[in-house]
Amino acid sequence: MFPTPIEKTSRSWQLTYQGLLPLALITWLLPLIAVAIFSVKPSGDFTMGNYWGAPSSFEGIVNYTRVFTDSDMPRYLFNSVFITVPTVLGCVALSAMTGFALGIYRFRSNLFVFFLFVAGNFVPFQILMIPVRDLTLDLGLYDTKTGLVLFHIAFQTGFCTLFMRNFIRALPMELIEAARVEGVREWRIFWFVVLPLMKPALAAMAVLVFTFIWNDYFWAVVLTQGPESQPVTAGITSFNAQYGVAYNMLSAGSIIAALPPVMMFFLMQKHFIAGLTLGAVK
Amino acid sequence: MTTFKTTLAALAASTMIAGTAFAGGHGAKLSGDLVIFSDMSNPAPRAVMEGMVERFGEMHPDLNIELTVIDREAYKTQIRNFLSANPPDVANWYAANRMRPFVSAGLFEDVSDLWAEDEFANLASTKGAMTIDGAQWGVPYTYYQWGVYYREDIYNDLGLEEPTTWDEEKANCQTLLDNGIKCYTIGTKFLWTAGGWFDYLNMRTNGYDFHAALTAGEESWLSSPVRETFENWRELIDMGAFIDDHQTYSWQEALPFMLRGEAAAYLMGNFSVAQFRDGGLTDDQLDFYQFPTITPGIAKAEDAPTDTFHIPSGAQNKEAAREFLRFVVSAENQTLINNGDNLGQLPVNAASSVDNDEFLQQGFEMLSSNSPGGVAQFFDRDASAEMASVAMQGFQEFMVFPDNLDDILQRLEATRIRLNGN
Amino acid sequence: MDRTIARKSWYRRNEIAVTPWLFLAPGVLFFLVYVISPIFQSFHLSLFEWNGLGGENNAAKFVGLRNYEELMTDSAFEVSLINNVKWLVLYLLAIPAGLFIALFLNQTVTGIRLYKSLFFFPFVISQIVVGLVFTWFYDPRFGLLNEILGWVGLGPVNMLGDPDLVTYGIIFAGLWPQTAYCMILYLTGLNAVDPEQIEAGRLDGAKGWRMLWHVILPQLKPATFIAFVVTIIGALRSFDLISIMTNGGPFGQSRVLSFYMFEKALSEYGFRMGYGAAIAVVLFLIMLIFISYFLWSMYREERGH
Repeated sequence: MFPTPIEKTSRSWQLTYQGLLPLALITWLLPLIAVAIFSVKPSGDFTMGNYWGAPSSFEGIVNYTRVFTDSDMPRYLFNSVFITVPTVLGCVALSAMTGFALGIYRFRSNLFVFFLFVAGNFVPFQILMIPVRDLTLDLGLYDTKTGLVLFHIAFQTGFCTLFMRNFIRALPMELIEAARVEGVREWRIFWFVVLPLMKPALAAMAVLVFTFIWNDYFWAVVLTQGPESQPVTAGITSFNAQYGVAYNMLSAGSIIAALPPVMMFFLMQKHFIAGLTLGAVK
Repeated sequence: MTTFKTTLAALAASTMIAGTAFAGGHGAKLSGDLVIFSDMSNPAPRAVMEGMVERFGEMHPDLNIELTVIDREAYKTQIRNFLSANPPDVANWYAANRMRPFVSAGLFEDVSDLWAEDEFANLASTKGAMTIDGAQWGVPYTYYQWGVYYREDIYNDLGLEEPTTWDEEKANCQTLLDNGIKCYTIGTKFLWTAGGWFDYLNMRTNGYDFHAALTAGEESWLSSPVRETFENWRELIDMGAFIDDHQTYSWQEALPFMLRGEAAAYLMGNFSVAQFRDGGLTDDQLDFYQFPTITPGIAKAEDAPTDTFHIPSGAQNKEAAREFLRFVVSAENQTLINNGDNLGQLPVNAASSVDNDEFLQQGFEMLSSNSPGGVAQFFDRDASAEMASVAMQGFQEFMVFPDNLDDILQRLEATRIRLNGN
Repeated sequence: MDRTIARKSWYRRNEIAVTPWLFLAPGVLFFLVYVISPIFQSFHLSLFEWNGLGGENNAAKFVGLRNYEELMTDSAFEVSLINNVKWLVLYLLAIPAGLFIALFLNQTVTGIRLYKSLFFFPFVISQIVVGLVFTWFYDPRFGLLNEILGWVGLGPVNMLGDPDLVTYGIIFAGLWPQTAYCMILYLTGLNAVDPEQIEAGRLDGAKGWRMLWHVILPQLKPATFIAFVVTIIGALRSFDLISIMTNGGPFGQSRVLSFYMFEKALSEYGFRMGYGAAIAVVLFLIMLIFISYFLWSMYREERGH
């Protein structure tokens, strides 16, 4: 193990390390801690200039309740859910198939198709912006959740294919060969042999895509326009406009908006990390 | 929250009155759907919009009205999409050059026929702002004055009076600065606030006609009148009249400086009054004055942006849309929606009455009798979109680095030439 | 009857060759429509002047390379391009910073798992929230940054209002989540470092830096590669933070190409689709250099298999 395990070092460094850990963490998360404190302050604290002192009274419940009762936040949250979940499902389904095709079969353009997905996944969004906007307008899907979902599925499929294909490559090919010898049809191999083995990869992709899509802002701004269909990231900016300098409300709203991916991460940490490392770092 | 409720109550009450008043109006029986997209997303305007829909709906029970309220800022970028993709029957927008892209793209319906009707004679004051290429493309529902809102109590404490000339203005400012108070708060993060300052300085220095020609792209940004305007502006900047770090603040974020008394005044539109009051200023602490004279003998002109309704040319139910526009401009409706409990702005219809509110009365008085030079919309509505964007960015830069003026003006002139030719 | 059998048997005979294409079809179709063809459309559009509005009298007008010629003299484009370079270079600091934190946390004391998770936290949060948080952190009136600078007798600075500092301020905010990402890559990588090689290194007398440089880092190469890829992509995509923190200001000094493109094409005052597309093409070409490098590396890897 590197660096040297702490147990094997001097007593004094051990103690220093134990002390340093929480200190480093607090420094690292300082901006977030500040927001958390903001979110439980009464608005009077800000007009009085008490930004960094202790809250003069605890208004957390009031502030958080107001986010839900006095703004469009609940709708934005729902929209986010209805954009994110279909995207995750669609994208995982499509990329399980493409990953299977590219991972199992040897055909001439295999690598070309694979690289197409990978390269497409790396392009800057802006090169797609105007044509995708026009396409969505032409399809009559502008300002609909569907329009956003379709694009997200397409784009994320590039990334997911990369991951799925690498994952499937690492599976034991003998299993598939054995099934073929027994005369099992190819689609049944996919369904009954490969898919069950891919569960960890599917989970990893699901949590990762969930986070990416939940946090998307750019496409939400380009393809949707109001509380009807915009996700919570775009909602925060109009929340911003509504509450102006009410920092306590803005903080509470931001925390609520950030919560779902955070929970997803804590619940599915192992899969999440597997996904982030593209399966390449084991 | 309580104000919101009373607003609703007031609206509900007035619904009955307006409902009966209109029963005998344009008799056509309307049916089908009427789709309205609105940018009136702040709480008070939203209630107004919803109230109008409710009242109009009661007058036309067979009409199914669908109202979508979109965030005011987001709306500005999104209107271009829905106008061609899924046009509503009625949409909010702004007057003057700001509507030109949509007019020349053929996305707004020509409503000159409405303007030919008798009732519209009362809207003559804004006809010019609604006219492009000899036709009218929408109707106004409200406008508001711009001017200097200031802390009356601070002025009284220091023995200052409302200035009427540029010298008085600067003298006041010096007194304030000597007492550790900034003369003006401003937040230029989103640029347009600086546009307001330029409008006033230029209109007071060079007059309305020059200003109109400049924003229309017909005058050079390198001309000496423009330089004079910036020299006047620079006097204030060099005094340290504006708050520090204004480039980081939105206009709302700049408000607390005045609320806390760290700055004494704000050049703003009348919509700011609600924010001042919410922020705890009483009417004894807050007052308003017209931007003072700079060049003696030049007729005063004002900024008074007009907000409007339009019919997209792709609308499905144009008959109902026209009827809604008639309803919007009617004297009764404009009196109601602009009163202090609702928008708190000025009705465009000359037959409407102006609310008793101190600031509305002053604004109305100023615009109707003390603005002989003319009435401008606002920099980003009078100038073309691209010119406005480049120019307002230049204004912001000038306010932070006045020494960059030559460079800035060169850039503005280059943009103007590219857009308008010589 | 005969025909179904014939078709079936044709499929049967070619099952292995046909199946991958059947499985690829939906994914490839989506990808072609929404990703690949828009790239070419943008190239095409960059040769036109178009205001993006529908309506009959608004057809796009062909202008050849004029949009690109205009870019050459556009000072705002120059500023954006320079800022993009700053982003590319400074964003890479996330890699050593992530490695440093990973080394710091690669221990087995109690509660370390929770520490690792919490250190990773910033990456999970939307950039919009990160942007808001840092805007307040930098606020010239009440920002924590100036409070802290005050304690050591420095400042105050107006990070987001100073044209010389603003881009660095935003990059720093961006480094926060990006460092967390790199950290997790390295933490995973460190788990897989071969203990025998470390022992061998120890026997050779390698310690500290020498050990890190000669023994550990070579084994972390896959992690470094991915960290490099995601950081470069992140740097060139930077949009959310700029949009929320400064809106490109003050006076456009914090723009990057991705933001400038949006501003020209779709923002409040932007009606120039062709010009925006031209900016996007430039951004794409910069990215293409890196994409080619990534693909080439992956290609070598594939052949090595």
